[in-house]
Amino acid sequence: MQDQPTPSEILGAVARFLKEVVVAETKGATSFNVRVAANALEMMRRQLDTAPAAEAAELASLKALLGIENEDEGGDLATLNAELARRLGAGELDLKTPGVADHLWATTLAKLSVDQPTYWGYRAALAERAAPTET
Amino acid sequence: MSELAQALDTLARRRLGGDAATGLARMTAGATQEIWRFMLVKDGAETPLILRRAPGGDRVSESATGLEIEASLMEAAEAAGVPVPHVKWVLTPDDGIGHGFVMAFVEGETLGGRIARGEAFAEARKVLTRQCGEALAAIHRIDPAAFPTLKRVTPLEFVTQYRDGYLASNWPRPVFDLAFRWLLDRCPPPPENPRLVHGDFRNGNIMVGPDGLRAVLDWELAHVADPMEDMGWICANSWRFGVEDKPVGGFGLREELWAGYEAAGGEKVDPERALFWEVFGSLRWGVMCCGMANSFRTADPSVERAVIARRTSETEIDLLRLLAA
Repeated sequence: MQDQPTPSEILGAVARFLKEVVVAETKGATSFNVRVAANALEMMRRQLDTAPAAEAAELASLKALLGIENEDEGGDLATLNAELARRLGAGELDLKTPGVADHLWATTLAKLSVDQPTYWGYRAALAERAAPTET
Repeated sequence: MSELAQALDTLARRRLGGDAATGLARMTAGATQEIWRFMLVKDGAETPLILRRAPGGDRVSESATGLEIEASLMEAAEAAGVPVPHVKWVLTPDDGIGHGFVMAFVEGETLGGRIARGEAFAEARKVLTRQCGEALAAIHRIDPAAFPTLKRVTPLEFVTQYRDGYLASNWPRPVFDLAFRWLLDRCPPPPENPRLVHGDFRNGNIMVGPDGLRAVLDWELAHVADPMEDMGWICANSWRFGVEDKPVGGFGLREELWAGYEAAGGEKVDPERALFWEVFGSLRWGVMCCGMANSFRTADPSVERAVIARRTSETEIDLLRLLAA
């Protein structure tokens, strides 16, 4: 077992150092790039924190969608995603297929929560899904 | 004095009708183009001018039309009534500066967020959408026959080209496959009247003053295709800068854009075809972003490039909201 503080905690500390100290003491392109670098570290920290659980759920959901019953079959995330992509591209599965829309929403929201949690389209999607319009 | 400053000084006397060139300054560090500003001195008066040239003078990017063609597109656009910076001189080999051209400096804002949300542009936003429609109608009036080397693409070829680009990235994105299927199922037939399209007409590539549209910039992706492609691209989510109720670049309504376009002689806009191109716009930007992962691993290992690649998912959520809301 590796020691603490955790990678997530240490990345957070480096990102804070870059933003609070280095940005102020640099200028122009360097200052801009330090900010970009700090944001990149924070992105990786979010991925370390949330991806294991999100990807386990994604794997289970992919197996259900693709009709794989045995837990040890079907392959890894990349293989199963490639298969889902192929079936969607070929029109063998579509948004009317039970579970497809929910799966795509869940995995895409999980991706955005790591990559771009401040993106306005993501915030809007969260708000829409929290308060769905009546149909 | 740098080599470039010296060459421009000579150019000022030989080609630009001035006495000298001074104050050379780099405007952007664009990956595909260099933009420089300098002052043309004539009888003691100074006029700002812009030099746009290939990086290092002569490196030519793969997708771009070429700077000489870009200059002639801008000249044709100006003749058609599109606001563009006036082209003063297209560089020749014996100017010794490489490929590019010199154009007028136009004062204004190009940062999309400021144009969509800035207080200084509140008045401009009232007229900008209609002006964009009028400018697009004028662009689409330019005779494509004058530009035989520009790419001719049918809607199906365009979708297929981007699908191939996505597949080449070798990273599955089920939302992209869903969107490509949606587009292929609705692909318009080849247009009866293919038009010269700007190819990158969006908030970010227009110069705006407090009074409205001042210039249409960045003509390097121009080609000959379905004119509705330009109408959809400017509405893609990626250029709204958070102003969601203003789909046209974060400053206007589709209906205003279409009304300006039709009133200025553009063909009647079919909303379904415009939506097709809007969805394609999000996906096209997504494919451009996902290609950044490969650029990061090969040409440009910068942190910034890596982070842009991670913006691909923005277009995935945009597409889901368009197709699966």
